[in-house]
Amino acid sequence: MSSPIYLDYSATTPVDKRVAEKMCHYLTMDGNFGNPASRSHKYGWDAETAVEEARANVAALINADAKEIVWTSGATESDNLAIKGAAHFYSKRGKHIITSKTEHKAVLDTCRQLEREGYEVTYLDPEEDGLIDITKLEAAMRDDTILVSIMHVNNEIGVIQDIEAIGELCRSRKIIFHVDAAQSAGKTEIDLKKLKVDLLSLSAHKVYGPKGIGVLYVRRKPRIRIEAQMHGGGHERGMRSGTLATHQIVGMGEAFKIAKEEMFDENKRIVALRDRLLKGFDGMEELYINGSLEQRVPHNLNLSFNFVEGESLLMAIDSLAVSSGSACTSASLEPSYVLRAIGRNDELAHSSIRFSIGRFTTEEDVDYTIKLLKEKVDKLRLLSPLWDMYKDGIDISSIQWNAH
Amino acid sequence: MAYSDKVMDHYENPRNVGTMDKDESGVGTGMVGAPACGDVMRLQIKVDEQGVIEDAKFKTYGCGSAIASSSLVTEWVKGKTLEEAGQIKNTDIAEELALPPVKIHCSVLAEDAIKAAISDYKEKQS
Repeated sequence: MSSPIYLDYSATTPVDKRVAEKMCHYLTMDGNFGNPASRSHKYGWDAETAVEEARANVAALINADAKEIVWTSGATESDNLAIKGAAHFYSKRGKHIITSKTEHKAVLDTCRQLEREGYEVTYLDPEEDGLIDITKLEAAMRDDTILVSIMHVNNEIGVIQDIEAIGELCRSRKIIFHVDAAQSAGKTEIDLKKLKVDLLSLSAHKVYGPKGIGVLYVRRKPRIRIEAQMHGGGHERGMRSGTLATHQIVGMGEAFKIAKEEMFDENKRIVALRDRLLKGFDGMEELYINGSLEQRVPHNLNLSFNFVEGESLLMAIDSLAVSSGSACTSASLEPSYVLRAIGRNDELAHSSIRFSIGRFTTEEDVDYTIKLLKEKVDKLRLLSPLWDMYKDGIDISSIQWNAH
Repeated sequence: MAYSDKVMDHYENPRNVGTMDKDESGVGTGMVGAPACGDVMRLQIKVDEQGVIEDAKFKTYGCGSAIASSSLVTEWVKGKTLEEAGQIKNTDIAEELALPPVKIHCSVLAEDAIKAAISDYKEKQS
């Protein structure tokens, strides 16, 4: 067991050794260090070959054409390029965008920026299970709606949105559909021949690849246009200038190739681990699963241990690397906006822990986690005045609190 | 975030955890904070006939610094008169526990809890 036990794969994953090994060959003098844009010598040509092989590997995982892949620095840049790029290009058609309140900040803050530029944005409330009600999405669509941006898998609660149905709806209304798939690639199937998704953001470091590299998929049929946000040498068919980072790209390509080959078997193992973890907590009082358990990737389990504050729990379980939806580090003390958006009350939002399981998680890790959590939650509940009140049958929501 | 040794010590071994009967005449109860903010402190004091705090208990829902702040004040108020206890400042608590700026509100809450417990006790006597 490595210490602390890593259960935060949704934050980032370690680079797979096979990936790191391959990347090393694209850096030094005795390796393939050339600029893929150099057309006049073998160094450039070899680097270009490596980049194109990686492009094909990324395209293969999502069943897309290699020509539809644009390299970026990561999913945040891809989200920015997709949303700003499409909004700017199609601004004459309309200035209305629809997204959801549980999107990643890279989408939400980009939309906020567009609002400052004069666009109008509708932020949909998901249902209690974290999923978007398609009839509410349809109701929000207007004649001037140009873009819908809905993530595939949520980073905090792991729920899978029905992007197939949303895609059909958007296509029938001629609205561009962007999907942030940073948390779904390599975890659940993405078939862009079948899905009517126009723009799709990907990240390497959530799929055992390196940080600092990502992709924006830009559909060719029907052709989707975006305005570049980064100007320069006209790389990536003018959509994203900047010298391609060959070693990073090769890393992402290798990581996605491995994901395609191993995803099916890996998921079976991860479902078993997730079920083992969940079963281990059987019988615990006041335990809540955040988000739908059915429409969810098995890699994520987000639980609220009611009446225990998340940060103190993290402190008690410091032999585990997990994350909490409670952010008691700023003056505002805002709990997770995702959990608030799905209607969780403040206590539950502050009491949440996200466990995310991955390639190197073992049964031993899971068993240790169960034992530790049970022990520490019990200990902290004995310290908690809210637990006392719950045990005395007092309804905490009926009390007038003095918010500070 | 790295916690100071003193915060860790109070967090690992909290002093004076418990509950007193809030209806008892010699007991003052202060409950401050709100679940919405991620911390609730309940501080209780037992005052003898000379107006000296003879015992103190707490329970806290909150981060490690909030737990440590309330644990620390239960130690500090014991043996003090109500007047002395009322003079404990959040800055003293923050300094003793070496709280970082983002955790100062925990010490403010602990000061509020003492004041609330004292005023509850005084109200009961009048």
